[in-house]
Amino acid sequence: MAKMMKVTNSIRSLRFAKGEMTQAELADHVHVTRQTIIAIEQGRYSPSLEMAFQIANVFGVPLNDVFQYPEEET
Amino acid sequence: MYTMLYIIKCKAILTFKEVAMSFEEKSTWVNSLVTVLVVGFYSSFVLRQLGKVPVTEISYQRPMIITIGAIILMTIVGTIIMSIATAVSATIKGDSLADDIDRKDERDELINRRGELVGYYVSSAGVLGVLALAMMRFDQFWIANALYLTFVVGGLVSSAAKLVAYRRGF
Repeated sequence: MAKMMKVTNSIRSLRFAKGEMTQAELADHVHVTRQTIIAIEQGRYSPSLEMAFQIANVFGVPLNDVFQYPEEET
Repeated sequence: MYTMLYIIKCKAILTFKEVAMSFEEKSTWVNSLVTVLVVGFYSSFVLRQLGKVPVTEISYQRPMIITIGAIILMTIVGTIIMSIATAVSATIKGDSLADDIDRKDERDELINRRGELVGYYVSSAGVLGVLALAMMRFDQFWIANALYLTFVVGGLVSSAAKLVAYRRGF
């Protein structure tokens, strides 16, 4: 069972909105491995702030549109 | 026996569950498999002499040096073969973005650091055991082999920690 992070993301939907960009293409833009993009999408890895901004820049949207940090319910 | 079980498990993982692996993850697999194979060979060579020949007369030095060299050499060769196989496979599949085959990113570095730290703790504990053997004046055969085992186990635990981090996340 994969360890899930609290940080969620909308990379998959943003990729499809951006002309069905593949994971490999996004990885190439950000200069990371495709496996890292897969891990981020699946919530198995939270990227550094720098990589998070790079991903947001690829889609041309603010960071909050790519990554979310839902508040815990009390 | 354990070597065989380890290989069967690795084969099962690689065969039945086709998973995308980064270059660093594949390299970790290569290193682990080579270590298990070579150390298994060394163990079978040395252990079969235990009980038959006095410990002081077991000629472990030469096999130990050869296996240390073999681990380094076979890991390099294995990594080269794995790289070529990955490139050929990417070409056959028509993966146009195969240029990220040997790419290493921040996730690889973090996983590597985490794995090395875990391996360091294991090796440190092993070295304490070796120190105890030396203080109790055990034969150099036991001291040398305990040290060898310490590095091998430390390396394998480090690799295992990395592979778990690659699969499960952290």
